[in-house]
Amino acid sequence: MLANYLPILIFLGVGTAIAMVLLGLGLLIGTGSKDDEKLSPYECGFEPFEDTRVKFDVRYYLVAILFIIFDLEIAFLFPWAVSLDVVGGFGLIAMGIFLAILVVGFIYEWKKGALEWD
Amino acid sequence: MSSLIPQFVVDLWDAIPMLFQHLIIITAQILGVTIVVILTVAFTTYFERKVIGYMQGRLGPNRVGPLGLGQPFADVIKLVIKEVVIPQRSNRFLFLIAPMLSLIPALAAWAVIPLSGSFVIADINAGLLYVLALTSVGVYGVILGGWATNSKYAFLGAMRSGAQIVAYEIAMGFALVGVLMAGGSLNLGVIMQAQAGGFSSWFIIPLLPLFFVYFISGVAETNRAPFDVTEGESEIVAGFHVEYSGVAFALFFLAEYANMILVSALTAIFFLGGVASPMEGWTFLGDGSFLREPNFFWLAAKISFFLFVFFWLRATFPRFRYDQIMRLGWKIFIPVTIVWIAVEAVMAWMKVGPWSV
Repeated sequence: MLANYLPILIFLGVGTAIAMVLLGLGLLIGTGSKDDEKLSPYECGFEPFEDTRVKFDVRYYLVAILFIIFDLEIAFLFPWAVSLDVVGGFGLIAMGIFLAILVVGFIYEWKKGALEWD
Repeated sequence: MSSLIPQFVVDLWDAIPMLFQHLIIITAQILGVTIVVILTVAFTTYFERKVIGYMQGRLGPNRVGPLGLGQPFADVIKLVIKEVVIPQRSNRFLFLIAPMLSLIPALAAWAVIPLSGSFVIADINAGLLYVLALTSVGVYGVILGGWATNSKYAFLGAMRSGAQIVAYEIAMGFALVGVLMAGGSLNLGVIMQAQAGGFSSWFIIPLLPLFFVYFISGVAETNRAPFDVTEGESEIVAGFHVEYSGVAFALFFLAEYANMILVSALTAIFFLGGVASPMEGWTFLGDGSFLREPNFFWLAAKISFFLFVFFWLRATFPRFRYDQIMRLGWKIFIPVTIVWIAVEAVMAWMKVGPWSV
């Protein structure tokens, strides 16, 4: 059972090795001159205006929070969907109630404008 | 067959302990699949440039080798001998780890993809969960790359990309719940077998809305046009990989194309029966007809078709505005999938239609 997962471990190792070999090859072969202008951050030929670590739009944060809620919901739906023929009518109704509560939350978010991006 | 192999090789092989034999076979399979994926990526870039070239009334690459087929290899050589510039203000470690973090999951996800009726590297029960997990890890590469670069364009690109990928991942996950309900297993091979019996039993028919949601979410997840605000050239130059050059850029590029091929393969497996033949149910072809057998080439043909659709979309549509992308993901795809899951659940329970298990 667990032995089935061994190839995945090896695959992750092989993937890491390929990525490291390629990157190492590039760092070894691809040499060139380095100067301050070349190594400065690209900003359309201007001197970088200010540091990059500035405040950014809070909506990205909001999207991340909403994502966590819905992703958990999906994680909860997966086992239910697989065992649909086992859980029967009771499982169906239970999941119906669960989804209904989430849909109410979803409609609330929608009406509150959390999904707007203007 | 065995007489073709010299005797000393056979002896040497037998001398290896059982456990190592097993490990060597697995590693050889993995290397084989990885090399095929990387070569496919190479020719996918050629395919893309040719398709878009012809759609725009150009010829596309036609100078390197016959029909320009040497172009991908010329590109690879060029990228390897280019300098990898590491910007001064960047975080060196994260800057170099980011492209690796995008490439590793894009390759490792192929471990659970059934490539023929019987061949799959890791036949695990949680295959679909594994694929979903690894495609989610891919976003770390993008975000870390954009953050570590410490350049404004890269940072904006990474933020856009992160929000977009997580938004579409929800729609994708919901669409997969529908597939799970119809397939009854997390194992990709079992999902494929559940669609045996020719075109009429493929999931694309009962799950048509989920098919569209899944494939379009796949396009958005891989940051391809028309969802390529992440690297929109006219707005933020190249987005998160603006400071990446040489091989470091090539790794991002490789990951993006490997992910495209992966999304095409998964769409084929979930909705078009994977390696199954569309003519499986055509009994008049005779029992032994190879046209009815499940075959790797059917999967390859389906993947090629979806890749063509990727390029077709790119050549046809202008780039979406960011608020439109978010609206499509949150306000259209999620309601559609929730409704379809509810419909499917009720019908499966009442034993109506194709879901009666």
